[in-house]
Amino acid sequence: MASRRPAKDQPASFDWTPENKAWCEEQIKKYPQGRQASCVIPFLWRGQKQEGWVSIPMMERIARQLDMPYIRVYEVATFYTMFNLAPEGEFFVQLCGTTPCMLRGSNELREVCKKVIGEEGHVTEDGKFSWLEVECLGACCNAPMIQISTKDGDHYYEDLTPEILEDLLGKLARGEEVKIGTQHPGRHTSDPEGDNTTLTDPSLYDGSRAQPLKEIPNSAPKEPAGQ
Amino acid sequence: MLEDKDRIFTNLYGLHDWRLEEAKKRGAWNGTKDLMAMGRDWVIQQVKDSGLRGRGGAGFPTGLKWSFMPKEVGERPHYLVVNADESEPGTCKDREMMRHDPHLFIEGCLIASFAMQAHVCYIYIRGEYVDERNTLQAAIDEAYAAGLLGKNAAGSGWDFDLYVHHGAGAYICGEETALLESLEGKKGQPRLKPPFPAGAGVYGCPTTVNNVESIAVVPTILRRGADWFRKFGRENNHGTKVYCISGHVNRPCNVEEAMSIPLKQLIDKHCGGVKGGWENLKAVIPGGSSVPCLPKDICDDILMDFDALRDARSGLGTAAVIVMDQSTDIVRAISRISYFYKHESCGQCTPCREGTGWMWRVLERMAIGDATTEEIDKLLEVSTQIEGHTICALGDAAAWPVQGLIRHFRGEIEERINSYRNDRPHVAVAAAE
Repeated sequence: MASRRPAKDQPASFDWTPENKAWCEEQIKKYPQGRQASCVIPFLWRGQKQEGWVSIPMMERIARQLDMPYIRVYEVATFYTMFNLAPEGEFFVQLCGTTPCMLRGSNELREVCKKVIGEEGHVTEDGKFSWLEVECLGACCNAPMIQISTKDGDHYYEDLTPEILEDLLGKLARGEEVKIGTQHPGRHTSDPEGDNTTLTDPSLYDGSRAQPLKEIPNSAPKEPAGQ
Repeated sequence: MLEDKDRIFTNLYGLHDWRLEEAKKRGAWNGTKDLMAMGRDWVIQQVKDSGLRGRGGAGFPTGLKWSFMPKEVGERPHYLVVNADESEPGTCKDREMMRHDPHLFIEGCLIASFAMQAHVCYIYIRGEYVDERNTLQAAIDEAYAAGLLGKNAAGSGWDFDLYVHHGAGAYICGEETALLESLEGKKGQPRLKPPFPAGAGVYGCPTTVNNVESIAVVPTILRRGADWFRKFGRENNHGTKVYCISGHVNRPCNVEEAMSIPLKQLIDKHCGGVKGGWENLKAVIPGGSSVPCLPKDICDDILMDFDALRDARSGLGTAAVIVMDQSTDIVRAISRISYFYKHESCGQCTPCREGTGWMWRVLERMAIGDATTEEIDKLLEVSTQIEGHTICALGDAAAWPVQGLIRHFRGEIEERINSYRNDRPHVAVAAAE
């Protein structure tokens, strides 16, 4: 288990922007009546995008909105590790350190984070960066990798080396554009580097697969639809 | 060896457009209405006949799982919930399906829901997959606009709504009942079973939880026939499978291959071989971090399917192959996996909450050699006290990698302990007393 506590300094209040308030009302419709508590994770996430982190007043606001006891929202906010319980940097670097990434050099990336950003879990003085080692982010064929969260999005940067990561962080600090996804020049996504060994047959893509089915395999005996 | 014409995920690498028009050209949504017109019993029978086993790790026959749903809809509606909380270290296949071939997947959701008489399906995608979630939602919006979802979905007469729900960073939510708890807005702590989800799942209603890949292959199976899918792989291990190969190979990648392909062939053909050649191989974790590792001599001729790997005392799991060459510090590699389970334990059951941290701390000491050889047996014993003594399988998943390490690499741990002691004579004396 991860031990997680809210920050000591909390804001006085929280409220949604009008746009997010409307978004919330749309979300509730996805779930059956009386089951609005299902929205708690999406709401907390939206709140985090609005404010940069999840505060106690935000939890209280969401609890009232979803007609839930406050402690249930608190439980959720502290249980799920993607909720930042304190402010993070403008660029929040999440370094995957689990074994598949470790085998391909995430320990070296950790040193880069320490060198460029500083101690883990601390925001730089200019407020631009903070970093955290997280558990498997599910891009293991493109290891090692990081995810960088900002107010505008959460993107993966894959196939890193210490040099590429340092360069990438420098570009972000200078406000320059950085390519999302794999940083390996020979790869597109999770395809192998260089020539692909599969999916090279052009007939897969010429529309021949969209021809109407001549007959449905194993189609007898037939039963009426929509039972 | 699987040929391109028999691959289901033809846009696995995102080299082509994921949008509806292009996806249709590749065969998605082809004849969906006619397939559904065959009736739900036919759909379930086809899935049963295809031999499809769940692709999320446990390998339970998908058609059989579907048939556990009540035959008639009672007072409570039926739900399909798709487990897209892909978090097993080593696994990155569902991500590619959702962002590059979302329409195959959405079509699968419609057909599977129809077969189980569900008018609503929730896709629970892990919180970190933000870009993937946006793509998937955009594809769903396209499908609604084209009449493929919603009222009279795809002209089938079946009303169907498909919603994307997301998590926020908890591995445990990949366990089906923890996922349902999370979907209901609670902490992701697994439920006791029974009742099983088919009896009382999300909101207390009959629910089936399936992996993304299990659902996404269904439309193609129906279009090409159960016997087509069945002809790949050995008896009881049929079909095609997306393998994720990571770690010390020359060209790590995702690749769709036939079930039961030899591991060596998979690595040599698609990944450019092990770094430094096959002889440089030390061990492979064949099915995601939860399954025990296998040393090179077993890897030489092992087949990649459920039964072969079970017989080798490991497992196919999610088919996430983590390759480790001779340069690997295997104790540290497994210790890092133990840390993962310590971090991800939900804290509900004592053996797992306390045991995962205990195992990790011992392994960290063993990684530098600061332990006694007796502790190896103690570690093994503690792992068996966690295994099978928890509500969900996370306890087992934490114990197995440790057991695999001791089973195959005990000598290496002993060597390390001995050399640590030889360098520190006073430690050896203290231990002897």
